Amino acid sequence: MIDTMMAPTVTLAGLTVDVNEEGFFLQPEQWAETMVPELARAEGIADLTDRHWQVIRFMRRQFEENGTGPTVRVLGKTSGVSIKELYQLFPKGPAKVAARIAGIPKPRGCI
Amino acid sequence: MTTDVLARPAPASKPETITKVSIIVSRGSLDGVYPALIMANGARAEGIEANLFFTFFGLDAIHRKRHEHIKISTVGNPGLHLATWLGGVPGMSSVMTHYLAQKMEKLDIPSIPEFVEMIADTGAGLYACKASVDLFGLSREDFIDQVTDIITVGEFYAQAAGGQIIFT
Repeated sequence: MIDTMMAPTVTLAGLTVDVNEEGFFLQPEQWAETMVPELARAEGIADLTDRHWQVIRFMRRQFEENGTGPTVRVLGKTSGVSIKELYQLFPKGPAKVAARIAGIPKPRGCI
Repeated sequence: MTTDVLARPAPASKPETITKVSIIVSRGSLDGVYPALIMANGARAEGIEANLFFTFFGLDAIHRKRHEHIKISTVGNPGLHLATWLGGVPGMSSVMTHYLAQKMEKLDIPSIPEFVEMIADTGAGLYACKASVDLFGLSREDFIDQVTDIITVGEFYAQAAGGQIIFT
């Protein structure tokens, strides 16, 4: 349900979470892996593969370690998934979409 | 329904988002090439369709032998805050380029050859301008493998349809 007067909330896997207008979690601790299939479907990813999971879990780990998610370039160098494949898995922007699914803020960086 | 909420329809007051960009690279200096590459790569990262069109000296950025040697211009470049006579000293351009390359490496900014390859991997198209290719007596073999095609200005406009055109 969207409450236009306040930050929007969504219900995922039976839990209410706070998101911003772009759909990024405002409180990453509200995220759970059980929400991933539903979040992925909302991004147009119907067939969630092991490779998607690898990227999503990597994003999440990086965020927990560094307080921020990696950009596409960093993902391509460190996640074990090439840039080419990253764009095949997440055509609408790998870092942005995977961050949204992983329940972390949008990664900031120009490259 | 949850999925409806996640679809996030934009409020009526918000301008439409950019869905496609065609970026023209006309210059062959370091400061002429990087902004276009950053914009193309950034567009793809946002899920925006992007194509790069290299014309005139911008062709050096996709030239097999020249793309490793793109330099910053030290003459007629007031942004460097260098005396004009000093900018013209032989080797000054190489020294400044080397200095900048070191700074960029520290920030993990890829070199031009690596950056161009990476942008091709994001699914962006790389096109060379036919008029410039003819003018400089070049052919397909002079360009890196990632180059999609050599096209005319008319083909460029056809391909840029429905998007924004950015000239750099």
